[in-house]
Parts: sequence; structure tokens; C-alpha cells
Amino acid sequence: MSNTQTQLDIDREKGNFRYDVDYEFDAGTGLNEKTIDYICDVKGEPDWIRQFRKDALKKFLEKPMPTHWASHDLENIIFDKIRYYLSQGGQKPKKTWDEVPEDVKRTFERLGIPEQERKFLAGVEAQFDSEAAYSNIKEAVGKQGVIFMGSTDALKERPEIFRKWFGKVIPTGDNKFSALNSAAFSGGSFIYVPPGVKVSHPLQAYFRINAENFGQFERTLIIADEGAEVTYMEGCTAPKFDTATLHSAVVELVALKGAKIQYITVQNWSNNVFNLVTKRGLAMEDAEVKWIDCNIGSRLTMKYPGVVMKGRRARGEVISIALAGDGQHQDTGAKMVHAADETTSNIVSKSISVGTGRATYRGLVNIPRHLKGCKNNTECDALLINTSSRTDTYPAITVRGTGNACQHEASVSQVSSEQIFYMQQRGLTEAQAMSLSVNGFVNDLVRQFPMEYSVELKRLIDLEMEGSVG
Amino acid sequence: MKHLKIDNLHVSIGDREILRGLSLDLPTGQVHAIMGPNGSGKSTLAKVIAGHPDYTVTSGDILFDGESILVMEPDARARQGIFLAFQYPSEIPGVTIANFLRAALQARLPEGEELEATEYYAKLYEKMDLLEMPRNFTSRAVNEGFSGGEKKRCEILQMAMLQPTFALLDETDSGLDIDALKIVSHGVNSLRGPETGMLVITHYQRLLNYIVPDFVHVMINGRIVESGTKELALKLEAEGYDWATEPEAEAVGA
Ligand SMILES: Nc1ncnc2c1ncn2[C@@H]1O[C@H](COP(=O)(O)OP(=O)(O)O)[C@@H](O)[C@H]1O
Ligand SMILES: [Mg+2]
Repeated sequence: MSNTQTQLDIDREKGNFRYDVDYEFDAGTGLNEKTIDYICDVKGEPDWIRQFRKDALKKFLEKPMPTHWASHDLENIIFDKIRYYLSQGGQKPKKTWDEVPEDVKRTFERLGIPEQERKFLAGVEAQFDSEAAYSNIKEAVGKQGVIFMGSTDALKERPEIFRKWFGKVIPTGDNKFSALNSAAFSGGSFIYVPPGVKVSHPLQAYFRINAENFGQFERTLIIADEGAEVTYMEGCTAPKFDTATLHSAVVELVALKGAKIQYITVQNWSNNVFNLVTKRGLAMEDAEVKWIDCNIGSRLTMKYPGVVMKGRRARGEVISIALAGDGQHQDTGAKMVHAADETTSNIVSKSISVGTGRATYRGLVNIPRHLKGCKNNTECDALLINTSSRTDTYPAITVRGTGNACQHEASVSQVSSEQIFYMQQRGLTEAQAMSLSVNGFVNDLVRQFPMEYSVELKRLIDLEMEGSVG
Repeated sequence: MKHLKIDNLHVSIGDREILRGLSLDLPTGQVHAIMGPNGSGKSTLAKVIAGHPDYTVTSGDILFDGESILVMEPDARARQGIFLAFQYPSEIPGVTIANFLRAALQARLPEGEELEATEYYAKLYEKMDLLEMPRNFTSRAVNEGFSGGEKKRCEILQMAMLQPTFALLDETDSGLDIDALKIVSHGVNSLRGPETGMLVITHYQRLLNYIVPDFVHVMINGRIVESGTKELALKLEAEGYDWATEPEAEAVGA
């Protein structure tokens, strides 16, 4: 299966490299009941999960592709050619980097994960294809009662909390890809923060796809109990293959009364990845769920993080940046469902389209008639770099009732040739000028990122712009 | 001493010729003024020297110390030491003056070398003081929502930071009230010296009371029709441009 010789492909993209590894478990290509049995057996899962997966498979097969509104490129995903489970072994993720097998460890080292962990993180989980290779939480944080583990382990070890919320925020049949994830899920994080505990440093997960024709289906569930606070960050990369790779995650957040969850994503998929992700948070009374979502790379991303504001004065926020490079389509947006009085939501979305890149914003804001004192603010700004670049906006805002307010602003702008000339006249190359303009465009949003991530983001933008000119 | 030499330059935009055989020799250590009526091609000259892609040089040459710069990209010309204070500076939304100038200075350093932040800010604040700009100016986005006067001041701040060999100042006086004009002129004068050559483009002789030129050129219809010392500017002020109008241009107009 693997070459004895190390094979290394590098180009300028940070994540575009690949070390060969040995997979002990491989479910083969295609998804059917047998694949599910294989996954359940390898993972030693209880019967209720096996049944949950099989029900989900039915829903996945029944549901049509959403091509009546979404991109027809979805038709190019050949589900039978995808590998649904690949791992080095069913054993638990390691708690120290020294125990992680060398062939996997060097990938994460090269991506700088252990270093970031030392510097500024409260805990890290590193997933390699289907399973977490490493999962660790700082002792002090663990002592506060915070649980941070792979969801595979959580469903076995903490069924009492896991089962209560699993699949409750995003039901299996929410959409075709949430059904797919529910059938094939493996990996992802489970976090529980006890009442009143405020986790001072972020917890981080890193998702790495290494294998070709692979589908990664992680499943994340985060529960912040009453008055708790937590920030979670995820990063993702994959090497560039000629064939399509699929990443289809489901992320559920539960913020109980007065809790705060901030979920930050900086994705940098290579442009063969279909990234079809369902993310939703539930905010109870006085709770806050904030998604900071940054999408760079991938072939097609479809992602609309949402917040259901179920308790009074709950707050929902989506801050998103999408960069659609040449040949890429970022179809992103936000869903805000107001389900209690005095709930407020805020959406700020900025997209950049480069070359033939296309950025689509889809919004859904719903404030029903019987509610009072609800507010939504939606802002979406698009920046077009080349004349072949494209952007579309589909805001669907339904605000009923007299005591509710909504504000919506949208803009499309272009980096003008005069602006580029002005910057070149100061000594910047065309690519540097482009980068700086693009960074300026997203500057007010990037400021909300933790330092380490805003530096990373700036670097990613620089790399994208370098490729976009001359 | 270095020279910026314009040699019988012909420049067109589309099929329209705007500069029609213009020659000029600007050595470091001198300030030359170009005066001329609106539309005579002054801004075109400045932008062509800076390498603006809209203009085509159909014949003639621009030489930086004997070497033609026509094939060079605008940014390479800038790094070589050519600075243009624009008549109409562009806005760069979201990019602060501090970050912009930092990037511009960084672009001048050899690969792998990092700009020293403390020194950079010390220099930036010194130049801002010179131009009587408040400190919080650095955190504003370049030219975004600036008044006309603020834009011009910001251009001179950039010039002071980048310390060009040849500075082209295009109508830096327009939109300035007398106090601002004095401050800006003071800033420009402090940058005069044996290492720097300046080409001051203006419509009015007023500016030349504050930035006193070594030579004055009169530009009409894409050509320099008269050159002289600063007294020429006074003559223009008194008599207008009519006396200098080219016979052939008159013939065309008639
Ligand atoms: N980008 C352009 N496109 C078309 N015509 C231009 C352009 N730039 C300058 N011109 C024309 O060239 C002539 C000279 O303009 P300009 O150099 O701006 O003159 P000045 O700065 O002396 O007022 C004018 O007739 C102007 O209309
Ligand atoms: Mg002009």
C-alpha cells in the first residue's frame, strides 16, 4: 500500500505536501450498509450509533442533490469512488506528540501544530484522515472539569451528555450532506464546559486530509453549560490531488443560559476539495454564539453557519471572510433564526473574488410575527479583483411584526487600476499592492481574530494574491 | 550628482498625442518648476515618468542617470528613487497610513531583511511633526475620507518617508489654504538638498513664493516653450500664458 521511500510534494502552499502513511483500516470505496458495519466494528460502537448511521444512510440516498439552487458542480462528486474510512488503528488518540506515529507526526510538525499548542492553546486535537492522532488538554483546564476529547470516544465514555445533544441542533435529515455525515462520521471534537467555567485560552482542532479520493466526515459537538465560556478554533489543510476530495462536517454548538461560545475557522483547503459543511448553534437565554468563519481555498465550499436563538436576549453572530480564487466557488452565508423575544443577530460577510473565482452570499434571517424587540443587522460586501471575477448575493430576510428591526447593507467594489498604480508608485509590486488592498478590505474583520490567526490569514491572502497577478 | 533626463518625448493616449517632443534635464540638487495652462500635459508628463500603464511612449526616452527606464515597471521605478506626489491621490480603504508606508519601506529592503519597527515609528513621528500632523493620523486609512488638504499633506509625508532621488510634485498646492500651503512648503523645502531633484508642477505661481525654483519651464500643448529662472514665473503671473502660446497651436485653434 505504501512506498517504502518517502514521497514529498511541495509547492508554495503550506498544506500542499504529503507523506505516505500506512493505513491499517480502510473501508474501501463507496458507502453502503457494509461500509457502515465496517466503520462501527473498527470503532467498536454501540448499537444505537449503528442504527443512527443506517437511518442516516437512507436519508442521504433519498435526498436529491440541491442543484435546484446550488452549484451544478456538486454533480461531479462521485460518491462511489470516495473512501469513507481510513485510519492507522482503532486505538485512542495519543496524549503526547512522542507517542504519535512518526509518519503522521511529521505532518503536524510541519504545519506547526505542536508549536502553536505550546504557545497559546489550552488544548489540541489533531485529526489525520478519519481519526484523531493526538488529543490533549492542558492539565489546569482539565482540572476545571472541562472535557475535550474526540467525539468517537465521547459517545462511548460520556454517553449521558453526548447523547442528550447529539443530532439535536442539526437533525440528520437537515440536508443531504448532514445525512451523509451522520452515516459516515468519524473524528471531530467533543467539548463540555461545566457551569461558570471560562476557558481562558482557545481549544483547537486541526483537520488534515492526507489520502487521495478521501472523504472526511468529522462531527463536532460543543456544549457550554450555564454561564460557561469557550473559544474553539479549527484549521484545515489537504495536499492538492487531481481527483476530488470531500470534506463534509457537521458541527453542533449548544450555549446554555448565559454561556458564550466562539467558533473560529480558518480553512485552507486545496482546490480539489468539495467542502460541504453544516454548522449550527443553539443559544438559550442570555447566551451568545459567535461564528468567525474564514474560507480560503477548496473547489466548492457550501457553508452557512447558523444560530437558533431560543432563549430571551440570546445573541447570534456570523463574521465571515471568503476568498474565491481562480476556478473556485465560495458559496457561504449565514442563518439566523430568532425564536424568542429581544434576540439580536449580526451578520458581517466579506468576500473577495479573484480571476474566475465566484463568491456567493446566501443569508437567511427569520423573525416571526409573534416576537417582540428582535434585531438583525446584515452587512455583505464583495470585492472583485479581475473583470472575470463574480459575486452574487441572495439575502432572504423575513422580519414580521412591528416591534422588530432589521438593517441590511450590501456593496460590491473593485480594486481600481488607479489604486494599484498608486501603490506601485510607492514601490510595491502589483501582487503586494493587491494583497494590501485585499487585506485592507477585510481588515476590520481580521481584527476580531486572535493575533496568531490574523497573521496566518494575512499570509494566506498574500499567497493567494501572488498567484493572481502577472 | 544624478540626472533625470527626458529626451524628445512623444506620448499618446489612444491615438491622441499629448506630449509632443518634450525635453528636460533635471539634476539632483535642483528644483525645476513646470507651469502651464490646464490640459497642457503636465500631469501626463509626471505619470509617464512614473510608468502609468495608460500612456504610450511613441518615441523619445526617459533616462535615469543615463539608463532608460521605459521598460521598467512602475514599482521598480519607485524603488529606484522616483516619487510622484499625485494631483489626485487614490484612496486605499482599510489600509492605514502606518501600514502602507511600512509596506512601501519594506519593499525597498533586500530579501529576508525586516524593517526595524522602533526606528520606523520614530522616523514617522518626526516627519509628521514636521508637517504638523496629529499622531492619530497614522491609524487612518490612506486618503479615505481625507479633505483635499489632508491628501496633499499625506503625499508629502510619504515623500519625506521614502526619500526619493527625484520627486515629482503635481499641483501639490491645489486645495490648500495659505496656512496649509506654508506647512507643506516647509516640508518640501526641508527635503531639498544635493541628493534630491524636484519637479514642481503648478498652475499658479503662488506656490513658487514658498518653494523657490532654480528653473522654470513653461509648458503649452505638450511641449516646453520657454525656460528661464524664477522671474519667468512672475512674468507668467502678470501676463498669463497667451504670449507663450505656440504659433501652430494658435493656427489650429483659429
Ligand atoms: N487617461 C486619459 N484619457 C484621455 N485623455 C487624457 C487622459 N489623461 C490626460 N488626457 C488628456 O490629455 C491632456 C493633458 O492632460 P493633463 O496631462 O492632465 O494636463 P494638465 O495636468 O496639464 O492639466 C488633456 O486634454 C486631457 O484631457
Ligand atoms: Mg494636472
